[in-house]
Amino acid sequence: MALELKDIAYIAHLARLQLGAAEQSEALSRITNILSMIDQMQAVDTAGVEPLAHGFDASQRLRDDVVTETNQRDLLLKLAPSVDQGLFLVPKVLE
Amino acid sequence: MTSEMTPKMNDALKQGVAELARSLARKDFTSVELTRAYLERIDQHNPELNAYVTVTGEQALAQAQAADQARAAGTAAPYAGIPFAHKDIFCTSGVRTACGSRMLDNFIAPYDATVVEKMRQAGMVMLGKTNMDEFAMGSSNETSWYGPVKNPWNHTLVPGGSSGGSAAAVAAHLCPAATATDTGGSIRQPASFCGLTGIKPTYGRVSRWGMIAFASSLDQAGVLTRSAEDAAILMQMMSGFDPKDSTSVDVPVPDYLATLDQPLKGLRIGLPKQHFAVGLNPEVEKQIRAALSEFEKQGAVLKEISLDNSHLSVSAYYVLAPAEASANLSRYDGVRFGYRCDKPVDLEDMYKRTRGEGFGDEVKRRIMIGTYALSAGYYDAYYIKAQKVRRLIKDDFDRAFREVDVIMGPTSPHTAFPLGSKTKDPVTMYLEDIYTIAVNLAGLPGLSVPAGLVNGLPIGLQIVGRDFSEAQLLNLAHRFQQATDWHTHTPGV
Amino acid sequence: MAWETVIGLEVHVQLATKSKLFSGSATTFGAEPNTQANVFDLALPGTLPVLNGEALRMAVKFGLAIGAHIGKKSVFDRKNYFYPDLPKGYQTSQLDHPIVGKGSLTITLDDGTSRTIGVTRAHLEEDAGKSLHELFPNDTGIDLNRAGTPLLEIVSEPELRSAKEAVAYLKKLHSLILYLGISDGDMSQGSMRCDANVSVRQQGDSKFGTRAEIKNINSFRFVEKAILIEAQRQIDILEDGGRIIQETRLYDPDRNETRSMRSKEVANDYRYFPEPDLLPVVIDDAFIAAVKTTLPELPDLKSQRFQSHYGLSDYDADVLSADRATADFFEVVANACGDAKLSANWVMGDLQSVLHKSELDIAHSPVSAHALAGLISRIKDNTISSKIAKTVFEAMINGEGSADTIIESKGLKQVTDSGAIEKLIDTIIAANPKQLEQYRSGQDKVFTFFVGQVMKESKGKANPAQVNDILLNKLKK
Repeated sequence: MALELKDIAYIAHLARLQLGAAEQSEALSRITNILSMIDQMQAVDTAGVEPLAHGFDASQRLRDDVVTETNQRDLLLKLAPSVDQGLFLVPKVLE
Repeated sequence: MTSEMTPKMNDALKQGVAELARSLARKDFTSVELTRAYLERIDQHNPELNAYVTVTGEQALAQAQAADQARAAGTAAPYAGIPFAHKDIFCTSGVRTACGSRMLDNFIAPYDATVVEKMRQAGMVMLGKTNMDEFAMGSSNETSWYGPVKNPWNHTLVPGGSSGGSAAAVAAHLCPAATATDTGGSIRQPASFCGLTGIKPTYGRVSRWGMIAFASSLDQAGVLTRSAEDAAILMQMMSGFDPKDSTSVDVPVPDYLATLDQPLKGLRIGLPKQHFAVGLNPEVEKQIRAALSEFEKQGAVLKEISLDNSHLSVSAYYVLAPAEASANLSRYDGVRFGYRCDKPVDLEDMYKRTRGEGFGDEVKRRIMIGTYALSAGYYDAYYIKAQKVRRLIKDDFDRAFREVDVIMGPTSPHTAFPLGSKTKDPVTMYLEDIYTIAVNLAGLPGLSVPAGLVNGLPIGLQIVGRDFSEAQLLNLAHRFQQATDWHTHTPGV
Repeated sequence: MAWETVIGLEVHVQLATKSKLFSGSATTFGAEPNTQANVFDLALPGTLPVLNGEALRMAVKFGLAIGAHIGKKSVFDRKNYFYPDLPKGYQTSQLDHPIVGKGSLTITLDDGTSRTIGVTRAHLEEDAGKSLHELFPNDTGIDLNRAGTPLLEIVSEPELRSAKEAVAYLKKLHSLILYLGISDGDMSQGSMRCDANVSVRQQGDSKFGTRAEIKNINSFRFVEKAILIEAQRQIDILEDGGRIIQETRLYDPDRNETRSMRSKEVANDYRYFPEPDLLPVVIDDAFIAAVKTTLPELPDLKSQRFQSHYGLSDYDADVLSADRATADFFEVVANACGDAKLSANWVMGDLQSVLHKSELDIAHSPVSAHALAGLISRIKDNTISSKIAKTVFEAMINGEGSADTIIESKGLKQVTDSGAIEKLIDTIIAANPKQLEQYRSGQDKVFTFFVGQVMKESKGKANPAQVNDILLNKLKK
């Protein structure tokens, strides 16, 4: 199934990326090429193959329930583009 | 600044980590002298090469001074006072960590990566942070917000990527060693292009805490050095279990230096026929075959093997890595740190312009591929399919390692290519990593060692081992370097 | 037309761990904004999650309590969406392989009947931060203290058939999590939040109607009201020939209405995939067995034991066992005074109404279990009557001392000397010849008049049983 410009627009929206018209059509042609390279894998039979998430077989380690962190608000808020009263600010969200 | 360097310090800049440790111990020169010499050389050559994006001169000198004091007091750690560089993907407290991206151009990390912490504890002196492809997405170091890095062997060529800045810095003697990361070949391919020893350890061997994520299940930190011995020294420092990283593996770290000289007799080397097929430059093949015969000379046995699904590794990788990246990069939203667009009109505008302006084209492309592969209706056909192919690729290696001890072949099908020659066509750029990518998918350790020159440009031999066989890879590379001098060739800036 | 409401509940329970699900930040409620959010909670580049073992144990504990299948290999997934209070741009949750699989919960309705409701699953996930929309004129403020607090999302089957059943289910769940000690269950602080999937259909239909999801209902009362109003809204639409659209709606308690949250409806493509920064969570039988040993006696079993051991009615046993603290209080009283029935009556009656009036929970009862047992003992040994006991109880509430002290100081001891009672009765009979006449001519009701007079004269202290006996004898003569 061929990718269309409206698909690019939808994906860009999902990923919250602003793309100009020229960027969109370039993205369309390049991503179409990439997908046809990717589609080579469709030819191999993977029936009954278990998907592999990591190269190694291990299980999750558990952390003790201990508070190890102290208040670093002053340090961390300095990194943010807009703060007030100890809060991060974003353009007003309308519910 | 063009102060004349003394012959002694000029010679010091040629020394690797192991040799520098001996020189410093003998007090041939101090760490401050050495650090100053490096800073001068960086000053001189970095504007042209663009290998460093940040030089931390003052801090480096302070660290060097501390190392000299410790040495005078007899309390210095064995490698204290040796300069090196960090790839700008590792968070360094108080120092900008930009990851090659406009998005993080103003980001001063408030904490140290575990790797950074470990190097500091070893007394190593950080000279600065090296250039890289944006968020490590690239094979030529041309996607960096800070501009491309030039290959010290020929300034019209790429150094490889994504660890291009680290590779160029080490090759041009702007540091004796540098940290790097490898998600699909980002240590090994630049090592090949710049004539260096580069090792990507087993997934889980080095902590990923503080290493900015590209693709979590594939990313792994390693080093670029001028010898296997130096690589062994740095891997010893960096490796080990970290409770802060759930994917860090609690396996003891062997003494890598102790086994460097072990004989190779009886070693079974597998040569994947797919890595010696169409697409491999014949001159590169010739040099690789010559290198392999050196191992034979030392008692190893060569055996052709097949990695049946290796031709699918790039396909599977370009689903899995972008899928993970698409989520890993969602945190760059202009709220808590990093770039925010000017005067957003509303929340959606803020998200979209911040990310549209903050990320470069390649990063946006990969986010979109990953988003698409995970979206409703495509998940099974792309993501699950790619994970199944990943299993097949891993099974190929498991099967191979029942017959052979290590796998060898070219790191890259060719030598370094011209700047700008592949940027218009992502697919040819992606195929750069055709021999290296499967190793990341399987989580195995891989190393590239200089194995010859083709038209005056270096090429690398890739050695792949079983899980946690870093000691063996370093041993093989070291034995090879004892018998050959390819690793001693330098571009001479 | 008879309509039937079909309800499924998704309940988010904040687990009472000290630290967050994936970081070592504190989870204390009410801290200054962003003082409990570390580099991981802020999703700074390079940070990684490590799973809190206690959160996992709490989830397993809940699973065991509802007789559920425990996932020996559960997997965390990323649920991707952009929102300012979701720092990573994805929520770490569990989709296909939750820690807790199918189980069930038995609820008891007001009419005494009980129903077993299926629990589809329960999974661990991170809470989001808080968005403060009212603080600034043009901005929304983001507080990430809550971001990363462990949640157990408990999903019921769509087997609830009325708002009342939904409330009973929620109360049962609430009682259970308090029993297990896995959450403080405080709905006002958001420790327990409820989303309700509501649809209606014609009675007898086998197919479900289109459902609406009502978000974030934060009290038992609102759950009932929200469901009732939403079901009615749907019925009205259908009866007008309209159609229900599947959507998310928000309950507004001030206006008692639900309204569409269209803003959240745009393109919900969450792109779930396994979280690569975490490995599969594998637990073995020994892990499960260890958690099992920490399970307390649960309400259903406790109720059965209260019936068999203390001889309580099933109603009394259910009420007392619904809350662990109440059940424990009752047992102390009953064992100390030796009369379970009286103890149950006092705990459920007078004590409960005092606690209710003063808005105290039983842990802060002004009368301790042993003090209450002391009072009941005096009723049992006839030192005071039940009626006088209420006076004593009031004095105890007012902090006037133990039952014995109060009985002594106020002279409330019951008169059990039959000679004295006889004398009193003789006087009263003599003083009321007319009433005596009436009684003897067959007007039995006059008997209570005499009892009243005796009790009045004795200031309530005469033993009522003795008064009855003696009076009956005397009047017959």
